[in-house]
Amino acid sequence: MPLHFELVTPAKLVRSEDVHMVVVPGTEGEFGVLAGHAPFMSTIADGALKVYKTENGAPEEIRITGGFAEVGDAGLTVLAEHVEG
Amino acid sequence: MASLKELKGRINSVKSTQKITKAKQMVAAAKLRKAQAAAEDARPYAARLAEVMGSLASKITVSDNSPKLLAGTGSDKVHLLVVANSDKGLCGAFNSNIVKAALAKARDLQAQGKTVLFYLVGRKGRAVIRREHPNQIAHMFDTSDVRNPGYDEAERVADELVAMYEAGKFDVAHLFYSKFRSALLQEPTDQQIIPVPAPKAVAQTADAVTEYEPDEEEILAALLPRYLKTQLFGALLENAASEQGASMTAMDNATRNAGDLIKKLTIVYNRTRQAAITTELVEIIAGAEAL
Repeated sequence: MPLHFELVTPAKLVRSEDVHMVVVPGTEGEFGVLAGHAPFMSTIADGALKVYKTENGAPEEIRITGGFAEVGDAGLTVLAEHVEG
Repeated sequence: MASLKELKGRINSVKSTQKITKAKQMVAAAKLRKAQAAAEDARPYAARLAEVMGSLASKITVSDNSPKLLAGTGSDKVHLLVVANSDKGLCGAFNSNIVKAALAKARDLQAQGKTVLFYLVGRKGRAVIRREHPNQIAHMFDTSDVRNPGYDEAERVADELVAMYEAGKFDVAHLFYSKFRSALLQEPTDQQIIPVPAPKAVAQTADAVTEYEPDEEEILAALLPRYLKTQLFGALLENAASEQGASMTAMDNATRNAGDLIKKLTIVYNRTRQAAITTELVEIIAGAEAL
C-alpha cells in the first residue's frame, strides 16, 4: 500500500505523490513513515528528507529548512519554509 | 479662445497620455493574473498550518507559561501598526485607503490613551504618515529593490517584529493591508497579528490520538513565528493582487477620460478652424464688394 506524501512550502505545493516510505529528520531523531503510520506530529531539523519511491530503490533526497511533519489518515504532510532543488 | 496650434498640441499631449495609461492598464491586467496565481499557490500551506495550529490549540490552555506570542505581554499600552503599502503609484486610491484606515485606527487608539507606533512596509504612504505622526515611526521596511514581495520579505519583517516584541518595544501589533475581493473591489483590512489570535480549536476525533514530538507546547512555540510569517506573506500577496487590480481599474478610467477629453478638444478644434475660415471668407467678400 503506498503512502501519500505531500511537501508544501509557503509559495506552492511542491510534491503530491504516492511513495513507499519517507525518512524524516525529526528534531528528536530520524523517523521513517510508511503507509498506515499512527497519527503523529513533529518539528523537523534542517536536513534532507529521504523519499523511497519503491521498496528497494535508491532514495531521493530533498533538503528542507524550517520544517514540520504531520502524519494523519491522509498520509504524510511536510510543511517546509524553504526547499532546495 | 486658444489658437489652432495650441489646441493641436493639447490634443496630441492627451493622446500620448492615453497611450501610457492604456499600456499601464494592460501591464496591470497581466500582473494581476500572476499575482492571483501566486495567492492561489500559497493557499495549501496556510490552510495546513492553520489546521495544525487549530488542533494544537485545542490541546493547550493559554496560561502565563504559554509563549508570549500567544499569551501577550500582559498589557496593551503600546500598539504597533504595521502598514503594508506598494512601492509604485498609478493605482488609484489603493494606498491612500490603507493609510486612511491605519490613521483612523491610530486616532482611535490615541483617544483611548494608548501609545501608537508605525512600522511601514513599502514606499507609498510614508510621507502622509510621517507628516501626521513624525516621531512615531519605528521602522520603514524597504521593498523597492525586489520586484514582487515574497516569502523572504515576509520572513524578514516577521523576524524584526518578533525581535521588537521580545525587546518589549510594543504590546499589540495590527496589520493593515488590502484584501483582494475582485479587480474592482479591494478592502482595506485591519488584522491583529501579535499576540497571535488564538486559532479556532478543531474538534478531534476520539479514535485518532495524535502523538507529538517534542510535546505540544514546544511545537506550538516553534510554529507561532511561522504562523506569523505565513500571515504576513498572505497579506503581502493579497496586497500585490489588490494593487494590480486597483491599478487596472484606475488606468481603465484614465484611458476613458482621456478619450472623452480628446473628443471634446477635437470638437473645439474643428469649431475654431471653421470660425477662422468663415472670418477669412467674410473678409474676402467684403474686400471684393468694396471694389
